[in-house]
Formats: sequence, C-alpha cells, structure tokens
Amino acid sequence: MNELIDLTATQAAERIRAGDVDAAELFEAYRERAAADELNAFTWVAPESPTNGLPANAPLRGVPVAVKDLFCTEGVPSQAGSKILEGYRPPYTATVIAKLSDAGAPLLAKTNQDEFAMGSSNENSAFGPVLNPWDRTRVPGGSSGGSAAAVAAGLAPWAIGTDTGGSIRQPAALCGIVGLKPTYGACSRYGMIAFASSLDQAGPFTRDVTDAALLFRHMVGRDRRDSTSLDYPGEIELPRAEDLKGLRLGVPEDLTGAAGGIEPGVRENFEATIKLAEGLGASIEPCRLPHAPQALSAYYLIAPAEASANLARFDGVRYGLRVDGDKDLIRMYSRTREVGFGAEVKRRIMLGTYALSSGYYDAYYGTAQKVRTKIAEDFRSAFDRFDFIVTPTSPCVAFELGAKLDDPLAMYLNDFLAVPMSLAGIAAISIPSGLSDGLPVGFQLAGPAFSENRLLDAAHALERAIGFDGSRVRV
Amino acid sequence: MNATVEYEPVIGLEIHVQLSTRTKMFCGCELSFGAPPNTRTCPTCLGLPGALPVVNERAIHFGIMIGLALECEIAERSLFHRKNYFYPDLPKGYQISQYDVPLCRGGRLGDVRIHRVHLEEDAAKLNHLGASGRIHGSDRSWVDFNRGGTPLVEIVSEPDIRSSDQAREWLILLRTTLRQLGVSDVDMSQGSLRCDANVSIRPAGASELGTKTELKNMNSFAFVARGIEAEIERQKRLLDAGEPVEQETLHFDPTTGNLTPLRSKEEAHDYRYFPEPDLVPVLATAEMVSAARDALPAELPAERAARFERELGLHADTARLFAFRAELGDYFEQALAAAGGNGARDGGAELEPVELSNWIGPLVERIGSDADPASSNVTPESLAALATMVKAREVSRDAAREVLTLLVQEGGDPRTIVEREGLGAISDDDGGLGELVDQAIAADPDAAEKVRAGNMKAIGPLVGYVMRETKGRADGGEITRLIRERLSN
Amino acid sequence: MLDRDQVLHVARLARLELNDEEVDRMAAELSKVLDHIEAIRELDLEGVPPTSHVIDVVNVLRADEPEPSLPRDIVLAQAPEPLNDGFGVPSPGAV
Repeated sequence: MNELIDLTATQAAERIRAGDVDAAELFEAYRERAAADELNAFTWVAPESPTNGLPANAPLRGVPVAVKDLFCTEGVPSQAGSKILEGYRPPYTATVIAKLSDAGAPLLAKTNQDEFAMGSSNENSAFGPVLNPWDRTRVPGGSSGGSAAAVAAGLAPWAIGTDTGGSIRQPAALCGIVGLKPTYGACSRYGMIAFASSLDQAGPFTRDVTDAALLFRHMVGRDRRDSTSLDYPGEIELPRAEDLKGLRLGVPEDLTGAAGGIEPGVRENFEATIKLAEGLGASIEPCRLPHAPQALSAYYLIAPAEASANLARFDGVRYGLRVDGDKDLIRMYSRTREVGFGAEVKRRIMLGTYALSSGYYDAYYGTAQKVRTKIAEDFRSAFDRFDFIVTPTSPCVAFELGAKLDDPLAMYLNDFLAVPMSLAGIAAISIPSGLSDGLPVGFQLAGPAFSENRLLDAAHALERAIGFDGSRVRV
Repeated sequence: MNATVEYEPVIGLEIHVQLSTRTKMFCGCELSFGAPPNTRTCPTCLGLPGALPVVNERAIHFGIMIGLALECEIAERSLFHRKNYFYPDLPKGYQISQYDVPLCRGGRLGDVRIHRVHLEEDAAKLNHLGASGRIHGSDRSWVDFNRGGTPLVEIVSEPDIRSSDQAREWLILLRTTLRQLGVSDVDMSQGSLRCDANVSIRPAGASELGTKTELKNMNSFAFVARGIEAEIERQKRLLDAGEPVEQETLHFDPTTGNLTPLRSKEEAHDYRYFPEPDLVPVLATAEMVSAARDALPAELPAERAARFERELGLHADTARLFAFRAELGDYFEQALAAAGGNGARDGGAELEPVELSNWIGPLVERIGSDADPASSNVTPESLAALATMVKAREVSRDAAREVLTLLVQEGGDPRTIVEREGLGAISDDDGGLGELVDQAIAADPDAAEKVRAGNMKAIGPLVGYVMRETKGRADGGEITRLIRERLSN
Repeated sequence: MLDRDQVLHVARLARLELNDEEVDRMAAELSKVLDHIEAIRELDLEGVPPTSHVIDVVNVLRADEPEPSLPRDIVLAQAPEPLNDGFGVPSPGAV
C-alpha cells in the first residue's frame, strides 16, 4: 500500500510543510489512482499536475481535492450528472472551490453524482452509477456518491459534496467515511448548481473528523455574491476532545422509534455507539421532535418546488443540450428537457410544479413551509435541554444496485433521518460507527446552527473511541 | 340593438419604469443603452448554472422615493418572489419580482389612486428576423441579454380612470413626477417608460365591473389614448350586439387601429409564485425612508398644482395643467417673476397671476401643444411685458394677439413691435375714440335705438364698427363704455 | 389521485414532453408519493407562519457600482445557435 495514500489530508499537509513529502508527487499519486478508477467515481480527472505554483504559505499545502460535478469549475466540465449539461464548461468557478484553491488545495477531479443532486444512490447519473468500494454490487449512497466512494477508496485524500436532504451524510455513512453538512449559510452557494436553494449546502467528505474540520475551515465564510451566506462567528478549530464529559445527547424517538423504519443491524450498531458515548461521559436521554415524522413529506414538497424553478433555466437557449431547435419554441423546450433530464429529475420537477400550481399552493407548498417552521421550533426546544441530537445517519446499510429503482417512494424514505436537520438549517455530521453484515454504518450528531466546533470536537472524541478502520477498501 | 345604453369606461394603468441606476437589479453589469449585443452580461443575468442574485441598494432607494412621491405606504418588510414562466428573454425561466408583499401599497397621484408599487427585473431583448421585424411572420429570433436584469418599478393604478384622455393626461403627470425625482429617463420611445392598460366598460351608474381586457405595448402617449379609445369602442360594439367581452390580452397597432389578441386562453399563465429563496427580506428602515424623503425634490407636481390654486389664485384646471406639464408651469413662474419686476418699474397696473395665466393658452396655440414654450422665440419676460401692457390698456386685447403672433415668429420686445406696427391702443384721451363712437351711432340708428331701449345685445355692430375703424387697436371694453355713455341719456 | 390529464397539464407547465408510457408511470408514481405526503395536511397548523427564509438576515444589499461583464465571445461560446451576436431561437410566433 502506497505510504503517501495512507496519510490523512492533515498529515499530508503537515509532512509537506515539513519538507518530507513533495506536493507534486502527492498530486500525481492520486491523479494516477483516480485515472485508473473502476468505481465510476469520476466524470473528469485532471490530465496533469497543476503547473502554476502554490500560493506561498497556503495552509492546505497542495493536498488535492476532488469536487462534486455540481460545482462550477472554470473551463472544466461541470455537468451536475446530467445529459442536459454534458460537456458544459462554465466561465467561472464556484466560490468555495476558489477559496480551497487559494488555500492550496488544487482540483484533482470532478466526481460523479445523482443528476442535479437528486437521489440517494448515485444511480440517477447520466454517466452511469457509482459503485460502493465496500461491495461493488451495491450503491455508495447519493447524491454525492462519487465523492464518497473516491475518499473511501483512497482515490482522493478528501472531497467536496453537497447536502440538501442528506446527500453528504448518507453516502458518508454507506461508504464508511466522515461527512459534514454545515449550518445553512456557512458556505457560499455561488457557483454551486442549484437544486433546492433553501436547503443546499457544500460540505467536506474526509477520512476522519480532523480532516473535516481542516477542509471546512477553508470553505466557510460570507460571500458577497451569495445573499444567503453568513459571517461565521469565530474560527473553525481543529478538534481535540477525547471524551464527552458533560455533554447531553438526545435520542429523538419520534424518528428512531419508527417501527420497521431502521434495519436491525443498524439499530444494534446505534445502541452500541450510544453506550460508547455514555462510557465517554455523555448523558443520553430520549428527546421529542414532534414534527420530525412529517419532515420527509415537507421536504419532498419544498425541495422539488424550488428545484422545478431552479431547473427551468435548462431550456436549450443559451448553453447545454438543445433538441429540435428547428421546430417551434415550445417543442424545442419540451423535447430538450424531455431528452436531457433523467427520470428522477423529471419526477421531481413534476412534483414541484404541481405543489406550486394554482389551486394547490396552499395545500402543498404553503403547508410544507409551515411544517418547516414547526420542525425548526422543535429543534430549538430540544437544544435547550440537549447539546446534540443523535440518530443513525441512514436507516439501512448500502443496498444493492437496482434494488430501489422501481419504487421512488422507497428511495425517498432513505432520507427520513437526515432531512429534518436540512429543513431546520442546522449543522449535522456523520461518522462511521462500525459494520453491519460487513457494510459500514454511520452515526449522526446534529447540533444548533454554528455549533460546528463543538460538534467536531464531540465527533472526534467518539471517533477515537469507535476506532473504525476503513483502510481495507482503499484500492 | 341597445343603442340607448350609455357605457362608462373603467380603466386602470400598469406602468413599468426602468430605473436610471448604474447597474442592474441583481448584478453589477453596467447599464448602457445601445451597447453592442451581449456585452453587458454576467453569469447572474445570463442565468448560468450556479449564479445568484444580489439586490441593488440604489434600486431600493429609488423605489422608496417613488412610493413616497405617490403617497404610498412603504412596507416595513417586503419580499421578492419568483414568477415562473418560459420565454427566451427570461434566462432563468423565472423573473424575480414581488408578489403579495410589495415595497409600496396604496397612494394617490392627482385624482387616480395607486394600488401598489413594486420592484422587479426587466426581461432581455428578443429580436425577430423577417421582413416586418414583428413576431408574427418571422422564423428565427435572437436574444440580446444586455437589457435583461435592468431594474424596473411597476406601478399599478386603481381602475379610477374614466376616459382615454384622462389616461393620457394622468400618464403625462406620472412621467413629469418621475422625471422630477430623477429616478428614470421615462422615455416611452426608448422603453424606459412602458404602459399597459386594463379596460372594461359598464352601464353608466352600475357598480359592478365589466370583463376587462389588457392592452399591451403602447409606446407613446398618443397611442395609449388611441388604443384605449379603440378598445372602448370595440367593447361597446360587442355589448351592443349582445356578445360578451372575452378576457384577453390585446396588441394595438397604431398604424391600422387594429386590436389583435396576443395570447389565447389556454396559454394563460400559472406563474406559481413563491418567495425567492436566494434573497432575504428587505426592511425599509427609518434611515432608508428618511434618506429617500430627503432626496425628493422640494415640490412635486401635485403639490405645485395645489400651490398654484391656493396662493396664486389660478383656477383648478389651469393650476393642474401648469403643474402637470412642468414646462408650462416653469415658464409661467418665470414670466410671473418678470411681471413682478415690470409692475414695480411701471409703478402701476400690477398683473394678477390669473391674468398672466390667460396668455399661456394663446402662446401654446401658436407654438403647438407639444412644444416647450421655453424653446420658443417668446421669452417669459416678453410675455409678461405684453400682458402688463394689456392690463395697463396700452394695447387692446386683439392687438396684443397680433403682437404675440409676431413675437412667436421673430422674438424681440413687445414694446418695439407695438411701436413699429402702430398697434398702440386708442383711448378716448385724445377724443378720437369718442368721434368714432358718434360715427358708429350715426351709421346704425336702429342698433342705437335698441341699445337706448335697453337691449344690450344690439351693441355688437356698433362696437364692431369702431373696431374696424381703429383696426382693432382700441380696447373693446373702452368702446362699449363710451357707447353706453352716449346712449344712456 | 393524479390522473393523466393533470399530469399532462403539469408537464406542459414544466415544458416536459412526456411520452405516453411516462405519463402513465408518472401518474402512478406521483400519486403514490402524494398519498404519503397527504398526511401533513392533517396537522393543525393554524396560525403557524410559513418559513420563507431560513436565515435570520435582512437587507443584504449591493452598492450600485459597475463590475466587469463577461466578454461576448465567452458568453456565446457554448450557445447552441449563435446568431447576430446573440442567441438564436425559433420565433415564439412560429407554429
């Protein structure tokens, strides 16, 4: 096993700073591995190492990063997993990616994903499904399946994804790595191809919590080009906690008690992890999130509604695919979008358009936004008594390719543990907490808005105690 | 056929105003009329994937100014909404506009109430290839996104307008007001002021509204009036024939006078409005409102009209005309100032504002109703001097009109013209007028007899005789006085 | 609960030309999803304000200062039909 590849990103950066490791060599090592990928994790790999020098004292020292294809990278294909954007090269770069580049993390590759971030299995990509490194007959999760698989398989030291309703956390869980969904507004959305504007957030995929903190630190910050981005209060610290003394953890029975919702193996692992947390000094108690069971329904009205508007710009006029341009205008629009979008995207556009349409707005979209208000209130109340809410990240381990493709509702139900946090805009992290039937299980900790430092600390302490080792699936 | 039913038109106007900010509503692209196509665009106003909007501070400021000038209530908190539909000039497939929480509500301008005022972004420019350059009949079109994203203010009036003339006059007042605010070029020919009209008719005295149609894209004040007039007539003909008015959108062609439906019913849009998640609410803080108030001009047209009536004693209609057509009001006030100087100098005959105002009409008649008096050959000082001369009976009213015509043609000083043309008034001072009056009475004893008997209508021919003899230089009032004097004993 | 006609109406609003098989499938799938979602309409949400914005921020405004625009050749670089220095499309009036 290549020594370089075994280094975490933090370790690699430190070794480069110390002069033990050469940044160009590190980049090339990863580039070769990415180019030889058999998991279909990538849609583009850098053809060569970066030729322009690194910014001096750049904190990330040249440790390369893989980026979900949803992010605009100037001059480099940015296709959002869709045929309608096949070959599209944007004239500008997303803010968070530019920030990482300035911090010394050059672009290694663009990763495969569910089309327009819609999916929980990465089977909705126009460029083929991504395979789970733990079992190549199974899905890596979605929508950021490519980023998760790349990190788990050691094809990239770390990666960026997006989380709208679990699209970072769930693939992180299914691939046995760390995934963080930051507080809404912490990272800029400028240049991030929009799925659901009030939910989308960029976040890190890493091998451990320390790497996640380091990467997040260089993504965070207000962007004047994104009106919904915020000044993050304070610096992002690297975690150091080794115990959970004094922390109050809440288990939301409204979610975890869901009969038949969570696989036995996952539930077993969750209970074991809770015990571990108690051993580290945390107190565990049940907590109420009374409207959380309705979160999935609210999410599957709000997200598609916003998406139906965000995807209206894909019309064959200015860029991307155009079909039947010699026919009348409506024909051109309708055929372009029919051919260019995959089944799941069309489903969600239809759902969203319906939820907003005349006569249905109040009953669907309007009601969903009220449920959202209640869910945010539920979390605020819960955080009066608890430091963090904990749940399994995903109700199941990685399922087989094709297993849920015929049943969209079954696929949507995968998200029920992740979606409430998205609706409330709060911070949530998934860390690998063990295996069930040989497949990774993820443990989710959710904290109030701007609680990332404390969250990362707690996750770090727990991670140490769990001692999960995913190195065996590195290629 | 119901020929005897009187119909009352009910008209509301929807006006779009392009703001004269430096940059677009949601991005920093510079606004520039006439720039080469697609040279003023960026990811945001092109609707590229991943781009986001950011609100232009100055557009909000201008929006609040407009709201204050129209006496609206400024919303403490307003939201942007997405208005969703597909069209090539709409790059995102939705327009960022305002829906049920607009910047301003209520208000009034002149005698028309305002329903609401809100901010939105302009669409891009869709150009058509093909002979006529119009949509119907062309095969290919192309889009220039320079204009896309320009800040627009939409002003919606209540349906308080009752005639096409009133619509035109109110639109002129609105344009004058907005121009004085300095928030827009408000040029209909360039598209910085656009007007759509909602028109319906109902039996006079009815309180229920009839079905309304929407007229779009009338790009001059005259076309607005003619389009509305044509639509009123069309609806009258329909109702008279027992047919219903269909709710539709119509295009008025000023060259043919035809009204053509623009959209069929099944294309009726479901805009699926929802709050814009990429933007945050706008709070009109006390600071923002007072900054807007401070930026308002000292006197807006409606206030000026009130002052003209109240302090200068002008009749209401005249006051409004002069206030709503700023060029007339400006000219009038300059003339009035000059007249004050004249009066002091001549030590007599101080000219009343009303008397001076009576001379604006004749001036406008001579230069054309669309012309600006300030660019004519008649300076405000000259007009004031002429009016003062008439008041002082130095020249008769009729002679003065001749002088005015000459002033319009050649400019100069009225006094000089009067002397040169020998148009000075004849009065009875030198006895000449009395002689002519005696001649008139002698020439028409019948008329003289009737006047002596008390029939004042018969005085006309006698006055006319003297006027002809004096070539209009005598003052009609003076002639009448002398005739009566002669015939009263 | 969503019949063919409704699906066709929504598809037209969304400018999606679904084929017959898709229309039927969509009707079934969306109906199933909506059935599940229906439950939220049973909740008592009287007096609850809808969330229109997640973050508690107002008045994010930009100074009215020009920023560089994109050069036209870049703007048109990926246009499906460059025409007259702009983006060619079928005319809206053409049938």
